[in-house]
Amino acid sequence: MGSNSSNMNHIPDGQQLLQDTGFSAAQIIRLYERFEFLDKDNTGHLRPEDLETVPDLDMNPIGARIIGAFFPPGKETLDFGSFVRILAHFLPADSNRTRAGAQQEPANSTTGKLRFAFQLYDQDRDGKISRDELLQVLRSMLGLQVTEEQLQCIAERAIQEADADKDDAISFDEFRKSLEKVDIDHKMSIRFLR
Amino acid sequence: IPISAVTILPPVKPDDGPQAFPNADKANLPVFTMDYPRIQIPFEITLWVLLASFAKIGFHVYHKITIWVPESCLLISIGLIVGGIMFSVHEEPPAVLSSNVFFLYMLPPIVLDSGYFMPTRPFFENIGTVLWFAVVGTLWNSIGIGMSLFAICQIEAFGVQDINLQENLLFATIISAVDPVAVLSVFEDVSVNEQLYIVVFGECLFNDAVTVVLYNMFNFVAEMPVVEPVDVFLGVARFFVVGLGGMGFGVLFGFVAAFTTRFTSRVREIEPLFIFMYSYLAYLVAELFAISSIMAIVTCALTMKYYVEENVSQRSCTTIRHVVKMLGSISETLIFFFLGVVTITTEHEWNWGYILFTLLFAFIWRGLGVLVLTQIINPFRTIPFNMKDQFGLAYGGLRGAISFALVFTLPDNIGRKQLFVTATIAIILFTVFLQGISIRPLIEYINVRRTNRNLDTINVEVHCRLMEHTIAGIEDLCGQWSHFYWKDKFMKFNNRILRRILIRDNRAESSIVALYKKLELQNAMEILDTVTGDISAAPSIVSLYEEKKSAAKPKKKFKAADLKNMHDILSKNMYKIRQRTVAFTGKHALPNDSQTKEILIRRHASIRRSLRPGSFQTTVICSHRSRFQQPARSSSRAMMPLRRLDTLQEAPSVDTLNENTGRTERGMSRTKSSSSDSRVPAPRLDNLRNGQHEVEEEEQPSSPPPAWVAEPRDNAAQNPLLRRPQWNPKKM
Repeated sequence: MGSNSSNMNHIPDGQQLLQDTGFSAAQIIRLYERFEFLDKDNTGHLRPEDLETVPDLDMNPIGARIIGAFFPPGKETLDFGSFVRILAHFLPADSNRTRAGAQQEPANSTTGKLRFAFQLYDQDRDGKISRDELLQVLRSMLGLQVTEEQLQCIAERAIQEADADKDDAISFDEFRKSLEKVDIDHKMSIRFLR
Repeated sequence: IPISAVTILPPVKPDDGPQAFPNADKANLPVFTMDYPRIQIPFEITLWVLLASFAKIGFHVYHKITIWVPESCLLISIGLIVGGIMFSVHEEPPAVLSSNVFFLYMLPPIVLDSGYFMPTRPFFENIGTVLWFAVVGTLWNSIGIGMSLFAICQIEAFGVQDINLQENLLFATIISAVDPVAVLSVFEDVSVNEQLYIVVFGECLFNDAVTVVLYNMFNFVAEMPVVEPVDVFLGVARFFVVGLGGMGFGVLFGFVAAFTTRFTSRVREIEPLFIFMYSYLAYLVAELFAISSIMAIVTCALTMKYYVEENVSQRSCTTIRHVVKMLGSISETLIFFFLGVVTITTEHEWNWGYILFTLLFAFIWRGLGVLVLTQIINPFRTIPFNMKDQFGLAYGGLRGAISFALVFTLPDNIGRKQLFVTATIAIILFTVFLQGISIRPLIEYINVRRTNRNLDTINVEVHCRLMEHTIAGIEDLCGQWSHFYWKDKFMKFNNRILRRILIRDNRAESSIVALYKKLELQNAMEILDTVTGDISAAPSIVSLYEEKKSAAKPKKKFKAADLKNMHDILSKNMYKIRQRTVAFTGKHALPNDSQTKEILIRRHASIRRSLRPGSFQTTVICSHRSRFQQPARSSSRAMMPLRRLDTLQEAPSVDTLNENTGRTERGMSRTKSSSSDSRVPAPRLDNLRNGQHEVEEEEQPSSPPPAWVAEPRDNAAQNPLLRRPQWNPKKM
C-alpha cells in the first residue's frame, strides 16, 4: 500500500479520495486508468457521451438513468473526484475503515446506497417518487408485452403498499421502509478489483 | 421396311407402362429402367437426413416433451427403433461412424456452429476458468478413470485382465469427453447464471480438442510396448504444438477470410460461401498436419465473425447464421440418431463388472474433479463458484457424440474393442437418459429454495430488479473484468490496425452502433409489415390522455389473484440483468435479438422524451408502446408510415431527430455533433427518407407542430451535447 500511494501523485485529489471514500490506493489507481480510458479526448473530464460509449450500458434498461446519476443537474462534466465519490456508493459496507473526522455517514452505507437507488427513480429531485416516475421506470424495465393497463395496476399497487402518508407518492423514508427486509448491502455492492 | 423400325418406340415417352408394340427378339430400348446403384449413396444420405428431420419435427408437435426429455434422448430412442427394424431385416446401417465420414463431414458443422455462436465477451472474461476445466479437467478425468479401471482389471473375477494400462487410459480418454448439449438448453431455460453457462459451454468445446489430442497420443503409445519418460515429455510438447498450432491456423484463416470479405461487395450472392470454405479449409489443413482441427475451426470462426459481419450485407449475414445453424443442427441430429441405430446393430460384448465400474468411476471422478479444480481456481475468479454451481457443473457432464465416434475409430488390434464399444455406448445412454432427464428438476429444485418470491411485495420485486440493473450498469461502467487491461490493449490494437485492414470503409463505430442500425432496419421493415389502423393520431392522443386522467382517479383494491398476476407479469417480463445471458441461446436456436431491440427502442423513447418536457410525455410513450400490441381500441394504433417523413420540414423537428440519431451513433456523435447543428440537417434527411429511422418518426404522433417547435430548443440548440433528462435543480 505504501508504495502505491506514491503512484497516486499524478492522480488529482488522490490522497483526499483515499481518505474520503473507502477505496484502497490500488483501486483508485485502477479507477483512474478506467477514467482515462473513458476520457477519449483527454480533457480530464467526462461528459455524458463518454459514458455512453460503454458497450453494454445501452442494453441496460436504465442505462440512461445511471449515466444521469453521474451528472447532477447543472453539471455537464465529471471530474475524477466526483466519479470516484459516486462509485464509492457501491463499496461493500464492511470495507469501511475508521476514519477520523468522517463528516457524515459514508456513501456506501445502507442509507447512501438507498439514496442512490432512490435518485434513480426521482429524476426531478423533489424528494418523492411520483406515480409517473414509477411508471417510467417500470416501463423501461418491462418488456413490450405488458399493456398499459397492467403497468398502471402494478404502479398503483406499488404505491399503495409503500405510501404511508397517502400523498400518492413514495418518499425516501417510505422507500427505505419498504426495503427493510432486503439485504441492501449485498444487492448494491460491487467487488472492486485491485 | 424393317420390322425393327416399327418396334422402336418414341423416345419422348420413356415411362409409358405397358408397351403398345410387341417386343421383338432383340433387346429394345427399355421403357422403364431403374438404376439404383448409381444414385444409391446420395439417395440414402438424403433419406436418412429426412428421417432424422422428421423425427425432429415430430418431437415438437407436442412441445412439452422437449421440456422434460432432452432432444438427444428422443433422437436416440427413434434411432433405437429404426435400428431394431434394420436388425430384424438384417440390413447393415451405413458406415456413418467410420473415421473419415465422421471426422471430415459430420463433426466440422457442429464445431463451427458452436464456435460461431459463442458469446465472445463472457467467453474471454472466463477463458482462464474454461481452459482450466477443459484441459486439466479432462486430464484429471482420463488419468483417474484409466488408473481406477486398470486397478479393477487386476481383479480376476471380472475376467478383463488382458487390458493393459495404455488401453485403459485410451478408453478413459474416450469417455471423459463431455458433451453437455442437453444440459445447455436446460441451463438456459432455467436461466442459470452466466458464469456457469459459459464455463460449461466452453469446456464442452475445448475438451473435444484435448480429448482428441490425448486420444491420438494414447493411441500411439498403446502400440508401444514400453513407455519411457521421454515419451511423456514428448507428449506434453505435442499437446502444446497441437493446441497452439490449431489456434494459430484458425486465426490465420480467420484473418484471411475477413480480408477477403472486404472485396466482396459486388458479389453478394457468394459471400456466405467464403465463411464456410475458409472455416472448412482451416479444419482440413489442421487435419493435414494432425493438429487440433477443432481448435482451428473454432478460432477461425471466432476471429472471422467480428470482422465479416461488418463487411457483408445484411442478407448474407442472415444467410450465414441460418446455414451454420442448419448444418450444425443436422449433423448433431444425425449423430444421435445413428447412435441409436448402431446400438442395436453392432455386436456387443458385455461385461458387467467393467461396465458398471466404468459408470461409477466416470461419475466419481467427474465430481471429484470439479470439486478440486473449483477449489483451486475460485480464488482467481471475480465471481467464485458456489456449491450449486459446482453441482451443475459436475452433474452436467454428459457424454455424447465425440466419445461415440472415437471409440469406433479405435484400431482393431486392440483386443477388447467390442467391450470398449459397448461400454461407451452404455455410458452415453446412461448419462444422456438419466442425467439428461433428471437435471432439469434437480436444478430447479436446488434453485427454488433460494427465494420465495410470493412473499415479496411488488415494491421489493421492482426495486430489487432496479438495483440489479444498476449494479450491472455500474460494473460495465467500471470495466470490471479481470483481463480489462489486456482487452483494452487489444481493442486499441484492433481499432488502429486490424480494422483498417480488414474492414471495408472503416469507421470508428462501436459494435453497438452497428447492431443498432441493423435492428432499426429490421424494426422498420417489421413495422411496414404490420401497418394497419388509421393514420391520424389525434384521436389516440385524446383518448389516451383521458385514459391517463381516469387512471389516476380510482383507488383500486387488489385481490390476491391480482397480486399473483402482477408477480407473474413482473417475473416474466422484466428484463433480466446482463442481457448477454439471455441473448445467446442454446444450440438449437438462432440468437434472439428481440429483447435487445426492445431495450434500444425504449432508450430511443426516453431520449426523445427527455428533450420534450411537459404533458405529452406519457401519452407519447403510450402510443408508442401500444403499437406493438393488439389493443382493444383501434385508435391507439397510430401508425406513421413513411409518407409522414416528408411532411416534417420544420428545422426544429429535424434537428431533434438529428440529435437523436446523433446520440445513438455513438462513434460518430462526438465528432459530428460537436460541429454544430447547421451542418447536420442535410445528411440526416437522407437517412430519414430511407426509412431507417422510421421508428423515431413514429414517436411524434401528432403533437401539433406548434407545440413541438415551442419546446425548449434553446437548451438543445446551444448545447447539442446535452442529451440527458432535464432535472429540475431542486434540492433533494
